[in-house]
Amino acid sequence: MSKNIILCGVGGQGTVLASRLISAAAMKEGLPVQSAETIGMAQRGGSVFSHIRIGEGVNTPMIGLGEADLILGFELGEAVRQLPYLKKDGRVIAADRAVMPVTASLGGGYDPSLMRRYLQEYVTHLQIVEVEKAFEELRSSKVLNLLLLSAAFHADALGLKKESMLFAIEDNVPPKFLDLNKKAFCYFD
Amino acid sequence: MHKEFLMGNEAIAMGAIAAGVDLVCGYPGTPSTEVLETVAKHRPQDCYVEWSINEKTAMEVAAGAAYAGSRVLVTMKQMGLNVASDPLMCVEYVGVKGGMVVLVADDPGPISSQTEQDTRSFARFSKVPCFDPSTAQEAYNMMEEAFALSEKYGTPVFVRPTTRVSHGYASIDVKDAAEYVSHRPEGFIKDTKKWVIFPRASFANHQRIEKRNAALTAEFSQLRFNRIEAETDANAGCRKGIAAGGISYTYAREALKELGNVRLLKVGTPFPFPEELALQFLEGLDEVLCLEELDPVIERELAYLCGKHSLHVKIRGKLTGDTPSAGENTVDSVKKTVAAFLEKKLTEGSSLDLPPLPVRPPVLCAGCPHRASFYAVKQAMKGKKSIYCGDIGCYTLGNAMPLDMVDTCLCMGAGLGIAQGVFHTEPDTSCFAFVGDSTFFASAIPSVINGVFNQADFTLVVLDNSTTAMTGHQPHPGTGRTMMGENVPAISIESVLKGIGLTCVETVDPLDHEAAVACIKRVAAQQGVKAIIFRSPCIAIAKPAGKCAVDEDACIGCRTCIDEIGCPALTFADGRAVIDEGQCTGCGLCSQLCPVSAIAPAGKEARHE
Repeated sequence: MSKNIILCGVGGQGTVLASRLISAAAMKEGLPVQSAETIGMAQRGGSVFSHIRIGEGVNTPMIGLGEADLILGFELGEAVRQLPYLKKDGRVIAADRAVMPVTASLGGGYDPSLMRRYLQEYVTHLQIVEVEKAFEELRSSKVLNLLLLSAAFHADALGLKKESMLFAIEDNVPPKFLDLNKKAFCYFD
Repeated sequence: MHKEFLMGNEAIAMGAIAAGVDLVCGYPGTPSTEVLETVAKHRPQDCYVEWSINEKTAMEVAAGAAYAGSRVLVTMKQMGLNVASDPLMCVEYVGVKGGMVVLVADDPGPISSQTEQDTRSFARFSKVPCFDPSTAQEAYNMMEEAFALSEKYGTPVFVRPTTRVSHGYASIDVKDAAEYVSHRPEGFIKDTKKWVIFPRASFANHQRIEKRNAALTAEFSQLRFNRIEAETDANAGCRKGIAAGGISYTYAREALKELGNVRLLKVGTPFPFPEELALQFLEGLDEVLCLEELDPVIERELAYLCGKHSLHVKIRGKLTGDTPSAGENTVDSVKKTVAAFLEKKLTEGSSLDLPPLPVRPPVLCAGCPHRASFYAVKQAMKGKKSIYCGDIGCYTLGNAMPLDMVDTCLCMGAGLGIAQGVFHTEPDTSCFAFVGDSTFFASAIPSVINGVFNQADFTLVVLDNSTTAMTGHQPHPGTGRTMMGENVPAISIESVLKGIGLTCVETVDPLDHEAAVACIKRVAAQQGVKAIIFRSPCIAIAKPAGKCAVDEDACIGCRTCIDEIGCPALTFADGRAVIDEGQCTGCGLCSQLCPVSAIAPAGKEARHE
């Protein structure tokens, strides 16, 4: 059986690196991995996702509806958007964060509290991560991806070892940001 | 052999390197771009890599190198193949000496393209054999085979992934560097009968090509990328089969995992079609469901075979309305179609009634200089009859509200010709053609010459952000840097335009709003073809100027900044404009249009009293 993980957010939030880190950690453990992500025009402030599938018997990198074990939401509305992919009894870990689209500022409307309430109502295994406090403590708002990975790791939702994750971080994060990213990954220790 | 986690496009590049590729060229375009970039990153000794100025030139560079015996890979997206089709159609007739693989990435959806055209159909049209990978591993393996086939028959060969294969990642088996083929080009050997295309030679070559392709239908039936996968015992005697290619094959496998295997024909070379294998597949079947994206290529081939061999098999797919005629397939759409075809039930998922979700169309980044350029033109031309012809690049996003500054967009470089056509029809309209710097070099220059020669009247606006932004910041002739990492003299857009004969060419920083508006008014008032170059670097390659800041006490909540320019860093909360510091680059456009000067430009205090 494979483990299916969806990362979702808005272009520029760092989903791509997070997806890379999970895949690299799985590779480190000798597991087969397939993944897919949004590249191109949609990256300019659009909704983006990564699908990751770890384990044997996987034919395609794309996850079907109702097949995801875990959704890592970088943004509340985007987490809701991906809910149809969640397995019955699947887990959602979402940042308590909303990114206002230009359409909302121009009068399209977007109420993040509605999204939070919806998640609370429909997701059995839900964790909403208070990221602002962590940003303050870490003195950086650029570590949303590592904070979510930290929360997922501590919920034992990745099925990966800590040393594999740390190896992946060391292998994929530029030296200048390595300490900060490791600290963020260990935030929920 | 070892395992690596590679994107499909990276796998294609590594496959080419392992096959001893000598030269790689192309023009960037989603979803093909990473192939050339990966070769450049890993560049083996003696391999030459270039971003050519457009796909036509790339195809010609590739042909020349292949004439001289190099193994060449030329890369582009499906739209680029249209640009390169002139040399490609001809080089198929002339032939090549070194292996020539034409990598064209198709974009079902379409996700980042103007059309949903299918390179498999182009393969039939151009008579060029075509490989269609389903996975990153298969794409890697196909490269070696494609080079071998190209050299065996002296023909270019297509490798045609689609977005999900190009941009999907997988842990795959790749060769160690010691296992790479080393290749040394023989050099160009003069032979005018071979290398000069003439009608009489083309007649002979046409006969040769048709004969070869007929033979390839048998040869490809033996190829490992084409195969019949058997039904499970439980489905023995089932007279229904599935034929699939590309990513749809992987979706079909997922569907059959749930529904039980029926006989499956996997097509890895849609042209020439593996006819013998397909006949074996059809044997004893009553019905076949074809799963593919874009054109019904497999479906037509099977229907043709049934006609040719008088087989009574119902071929289902796009032409019969069993599968959608446009757009991408998904795991779920394929599961549903297969279940309906096999008359089986899928396990029902619970359906959710989602709340209204935020709409997120792609937008120009916060601080993007294109926003300032469009806004300046909009302000300068307020109340005047004008048309704004857009083009292909990030700046197509200038169409979004509230800017609404792209009236037309067609294909690379087309805005200039369209502006001229509109002018010749309604000469009282001020016609503007917007073009990016990379697109200017790729395909706008001949249309400038056309306009000057034919006495058109329009304003060319070059949005020069010093890079090829949309596809990920590739170098171009204006950047003074090549893909080989050399510093070369940058080609000046101003000099090119003046060389053509434009007498009015002005360059201005679009982020200086007042100066930009004055410049546009001045230039647009001139007769004939005239040009404005808005020069300001893409925010992704320039250091941010700082952050703008709203003085909460001074802001009157008039929403001018938000309603006029639509910057994603600007939002409205508690009756005041708010700047998202995470996104703001300090471009200062908003601070220049605030009626009460309540927004301080980067590093300064607000000017209000």
